[in-house]
Amino acid sequence: MSPTLIAEQVLNGLQSGIMLFLMAAGLTLIFGVMGLINLAHGSLYMVGAFCAAATAAATGSYALGLVGALAGAAAAGALIELAVIRRLYGRDHLDQVLATFALILIFSEGTRWLFGSFPLYLDVPPALSGPVTLPFGIQYPLYRLTLIGAGLALAAALFWLIGRTRLGIRIRAGENDREMIAALGVNIDALYTLVFALGAALAGLAGALVGTLQSVQVGMGEPVLILAFVTIVIGGIGSIRGALVGALLVGLTGTLGSVFLPEFFKLFMPPSEATQTGSALASMAIYILMAAVLVWKPTGLYGVRT
Amino acid sequence: MSREGWLNIAVLLALVAVPGWALVADEPFTITLATRAVILALAAAGLNIALGVGGLVSLGHAVFFGLGGYAMGILAFHAQSYAPMEFFGVSVPGTKAMPVIWLVALVVSGLAAFFIGLLALRTSGVYFIMITLAFGQMFYFFSISWAAYGGEDGVSIYVRNGFPGLNTLVPIQFYGLCLVVLLAVLALTAALMRSPFGLALNAARQAPERVRAVGLDPVRLRLAAFTLSGAVTGLAGALFADLNRFVSPSMFSWQLSGEFIVFIILGGTARLFGPVIGAAIFVLMEHWLGQLSEYWHIWFGLLLLAVTLWGQGGVIGLLTGRAKAHD
Repeated sequence: MSPTLIAEQVLNGLQSGIMLFLMAAGLTLIFGVMGLINLAHGSLYMVGAFCAAATAAATGSYALGLVGALAGAAAAGALIELAVIRRLYGRDHLDQVLATFALILIFSEGTRWLFGSFPLYLDVPPALSGPVTLPFGIQYPLYRLTLIGAGLALAAALFWLIGRTRLGIRIRAGENDREMIAALGVNIDALYTLVFALGAALAGLAGALVGTLQSVQVGMGEPVLILAFVTIVIGGIGSIRGALVGALLVGLTGTLGSVFLPEFFKLFMPPSEATQTGSALASMAIYILMAAVLVWKPTGLYGVRT
Repeated sequence: MSREGWLNIAVLLALVAVPGWALVADEPFTITLATRAVILALAAAGLNIALGVGGLVSLGHAVFFGLGGYAMGILAFHAQSYAPMEFFGVSVPGTKAMPVIWLVALVVSGLAAFFIGLLALRTSGVYFIMITLAFGQMFYFFSISWAAYGGEDGVSIYVRNGFPGLNTLVPIQFYGLCLVVLLAVLALTAALMRSPFGLALNAARQAPERVRAVGLDPVRLRLAAFTLSGAVTGLAGALFADLNRFVSPSMFSWQLSGEFIVFIILGGTARLFGPVIGAAIFVLMEHWLGQLSEYWHIWFGLLLLAVTLWGQGGVIGLLTGRAKAHD
């Protein structure tokens, strides 16, 4: 096991963690501000990826594809907030789970109806293809490195938005006391629609960015949705900082586990058995991590509310 | 008798009359469809013990369904290949006898529910929903990478398992068997809801502090309900695997857990026959809408959305016109 391989895998883990953060941030923002469990968040990720693939195919431009993803997912988010989600604030979690589960069915089958069952492909833009050489002679795909950079920049922007701007103050105030900020003259309905569209846009962007690494297909949102839930539960629901820490933990555990656990078992097991045990354990590793965190801290690492 | 009581009797009659008609009219497919509805109803009836009475929104009940399925799959696989299982040096033969399989399914899924509940019940609300979901995924991914029992491809059983005195290969006999199990579980649930345990569980959902104040432990009540609930859903899994003569990781999928919740809500939460009506509607829609359109999930999603947003109390609430059964 060479140090370069380890470094490469750490970078891969970082990249998947940061993409997960984009998903988890929207999810946790929506839960924190509006107290809403949104199972359809993965569908917005899928909508983003499909919009990006369709726009890029029509225009030949990857950048326009990203714009398409942001616009499409934000629009879909605003639409479902106005039509469905706003009736669910203040309902119990069970109703929210069901209604957003219904939205998953509608989005998935709707997308299948529009685009068919075959996956679409979104190519890495030529300018970002190929590897770069990092210090210590590590070769790493430029595109993945760009994802890490872009994700970190977005994370910084989000922290600034929530922590430093007037909108952020309103969002945090809405989290604490809905009636009070409504009484202070903030249009709470518009604020909620905005926050929901913002979360949707982040999910859509994540979908478009990851869509180049794998195929764009119906059902691509669900595995990510569950990982994003695991992330925010580990981090503590409602906490953006928790989402970042949780996302990096989940990304690194998932990636490093799948590479190193089989290797680890090979130390004292026959190779084929080691590969099987290792990969079985690796696919469960993040859920074991989550269970362990919850047993230790029932509201997650940075969670406060119960 | 209340309107809900009459409705329950009507449902019971339909459960007997529809397959009876299918038998006379020689429509074996309808019997299979009814069997599917009855088994899914059993799974949801299991969940209803935790969700309806205990208020525990488990988004991971497919774990128990899948465990029951794999209990059947593994036992029957070893029986049909004449290869005993090795447990730490002890050889255990497989079996094709349903009573044994059911017992194993009940015990395995009940134990799993106990240990998952032990961990999951440390949390509540959204965290509980999410941790049950995570356990579901854990089992799902484990079964995919478990090559000994087919991994992603699952395990096929060539001949349906047997029950003493019955020929389970005859659709109506297998249906009857499943129906009896469902009715037994519903009777158990009804007795449970009226028992001191059921009343305390109900109270623990509505006012945990008061339950604690009279000296009962709400967490222990919930754990007992969750364990029982998991065991029943596991039994349904064993029957479902027998219906299809096939188990695969999809029995662990979280969408299935979601569908179990859907059955309960569609029929009516915390109603005895809620899961039965919900599962029957689902199976009918799957069949009819599936014939009309390849994209029937859209219509099902819209119906579900409508029921959640406007139809509180589910179909039973709609038909009997009474206020919601719970807060």
